[in-house]
Amino acid sequence: MAMQSANSAPPSGEGLLGRALREAFFAGLISFGMLVLYVGLRTDQDINNKLILTQRWGFLAIFVVVAMVGRFLMIAVVGPWRAAGKAAKAARTAGAEAAPPGLIRRNLHIVGFGALVLFPPVVLMLFGLQGSLKFVDNFGIQILIYVMLAWGLNIVVGLAGLLDLGYVAFYAVGAYSYALLSSNFGLSFWVLLPLAGILSAFWGVILGFPVLRLRGDYLAIVTLAFGEIIRLVLVNWTAVTKGTFGISGIAKASVFGIWSFDVSASNNFAKAFDLPMSSVYYKIFLFYVILALCAVTAYVSMRLRAMPIGRAWEALREDEIACRSLGINTVTTKLTAFAIGAMFGGFAGAFFGARQGFVSPESFVFLESAVILAIVVLGGMGSMFGIAVAAAAMIGGTELLREMSFLKAVFGDAFTPELYRMLIFGLAMVVVMVLKPRGFVGTRQPSAFLHERKAISGSFTKEGHG
Amino acid sequence: MVGQDKTMGNDVILKVEHLSMRFGGLLAINDLSFDVRRGEITALIGPNGAGKTTVFNCVTGFYRPTMGMLTMTQRDGSQFRLERLNDFRINRQAKVARTFQNIRLFTGLTVLENLLVAQHNMLMRASGYTVLGLLGFPAYRQASAEAIEKAKYWLDKAALTDRADDPAGDLSYGAQRRLEIARAMCTGPELLCLDEPAAGLNPRESLELNTLLRAIRAETGTSLLLIEHDMSVVMEISDHVVVLEYGTKISDGTPDEVKNDPKVIAAYLGVEDDEVEEVLDEIIHATEEAGA
Repeated sequence: MAMQSANSAPPSGEGLLGRALREAFFAGLISFGMLVLYVGLRTDQDINNKLILTQRWGFLAIFVVVAMVGRFLMIAVVGPWRAAGKAAKAARTAGAEAAPPGLIRRNLHIVGFGALVLFPPVVLMLFGLQGSLKFVDNFGIQILIYVMLAWGLNIVVGLAGLLDLGYVAFYAVGAYSYALLSSNFGLSFWVLLPLAGILSAFWGVILGFPVLRLRGDYLAIVTLAFGEIIRLVLVNWTAVTKGTFGISGIAKASVFGIWSFDVSASNNFAKAFDLPMSSVYYKIFLFYVILALCAVTAYVSMRLRAMPIGRAWEALREDEIACRSLGINTVTTKLTAFAIGAMFGGFAGAFFGARQGFVSPESFVFLESAVILAIVVLGGMGSMFGIAVAAAAMIGGTELLREMSFLKAVFGDAFTPELYRMLIFGLAMVVVMVLKPRGFVGTRQPSAFLHERKAISGSFTKEGHG
Repeated sequence: MVGQDKTMGNDVILKVEHLSMRFGGLLAINDLSFDVRRGEITALIGPNGAGKTTVFNCVTGFYRPTMGMLTMTQRDGSQFRLERLNDFRINRQAKVARTFQNIRLFTGLTVLENLLVAQHNMLMRASGYTVLGLLGFPAYRQASAEAIEKAKYWLDKAALTDRADDPAGDLSYGAQRRLEIARAMCTGPELLCLDEPAAGLNPRESLELNTLLRAIRAETGTSLLLIEHDMSVVMEISDHVVVLEYGTKISDGTPDEVKNDPKVIAAYLGVEDDEVEEVLDEIIHATEEAGA
């Protein structure tokens, strides 16, 4: 209430300062009233188990002063600043012709892709062989795996509007397909990669059939159950999957069979090029593999969006009944969305197996599905670019929060920043969703246009109801 | 010319025979039979709750009728039993398109995209069920250009060309109605079913709608079946009117015949209880006179 009046009032100098002082005074009064009993007084038990009352006026004063200063700054500084920002924005939109987007902005995806291609050599130069390992593996590969997973899920959730809470099941199918077929039959990564995708797509269709008639919450619950079923099968079918022990010693991927990354192999990559032995080559190779997989995912997703099937997915998200009245077979449309989304999950899973060399059911818990879904929602459902940014922020952010040991200098040695990682992370997500409720990129780019391509505001698009 | 008119008149596109629809204990449609003739505009009217939308839902495959036969005859003579086809096949195979009482557009897609989604089946075939299109075969590019030409044609007819790149949800109510009709026409139907197309339109928008409907009939020869409450629209554009009350047909004929039918007047204006006999007498007289 007070907040609103602060924004709507004209930010004039003298009146503003007076009002800010007055509101700061009231804020202090309210916080004093609210906190005097909780903060100002404290009860302790002494040695005789008697309650003694401690008065903490200084401590209370800190709270009150913080509230007053906060309120004062909010009105005197933040209010006018926000009003000015709004006015500037209004002036911009009122302007006859918006400035055409710059060269970098127009070719953002090419610039981004180029930067990623250059990422390993730059990091290698900056941090040396061992130092770059962390950046290429923990940041680069990890983020790109999630980008790919989120782009795959985006087809199901963002485009077709089918809320899938068990997406990690397809990731698991891909990873175990690679792990089992490679350790039991000795097939190579490049044979198993497409096979893992096909198997996952097959499971996507298997999941798709029973949930065709379900919508919204019901669909979400059944997909969630499906994810858990796959995980429990992996845990309990010990004869094949070795249960919770997982499958270890999974073969590494090779450069199309020409160079291997096995230390003992005669065609070892480092030996072939007379380079010092290091595991970083394998990681850099994997980085380029996942980058290529992401590029394929992006290309296929973008092409599909401009194809009749992609438009049918989006139409299905907007209104299923209208789709049926236009002669669109909603059954096959939904199944293809599930299958193609699952296929990309399977590719990512096979890659994950090759990268880790070890898979166990622990990697495929519900939390993973939730994280992937959060990336899609945070990025803006349907937007490839927004999702990539969200994946970088979410996965890179959680990795970055591991490196917060400098906070010990601020809060003392007893402070362990790792424990606050998820708290900070959750807070950041809440803040983002409050500021940008439709995700980083809330607008939708139309797949076809007659005169000019205009982004569609998120207020028109629907989230889908299953 | 007269001969042609006669053949046109005899050519029935949709034959509804003994249609009944029961929801639990409620008999929504009771033994309804009527014909929709090719190239005509047939209006289905009746008081609220008479079962008009239920008839529509039976014809367009959203309900499966309890009893009855719905025979759709296409121009090339092929026949379809609509009560046996399920939802999307009614449009794809029998070429019956429909609009909805509460407009159902793809609000987050642009106006043009709405019209392209309607051409899904044609584009799907042209793109080799996505595979060939994904590989960039020229057949898909050509089909896609044709689809945009067709969309342009209907945008022009619906007076929406300037709004082609705006989201459908951003259009005014009248424009949304016209877009929904244009979208249904993009599926290439032989019979177009419109559920209250003039509901909520102002007089100017109503006129635009009449123009669009007449253009559809004149230029594509599509037959129209419409539910309408707005009598000015019904009387002005329809060739044939079917009146329903409590799921039963009470009148069937040209607009003028229906307008003067005492049963229709009684159904629409309502009569007091003690006047019922009077009205019934009148009706009996009227039918006797007609018989004589």
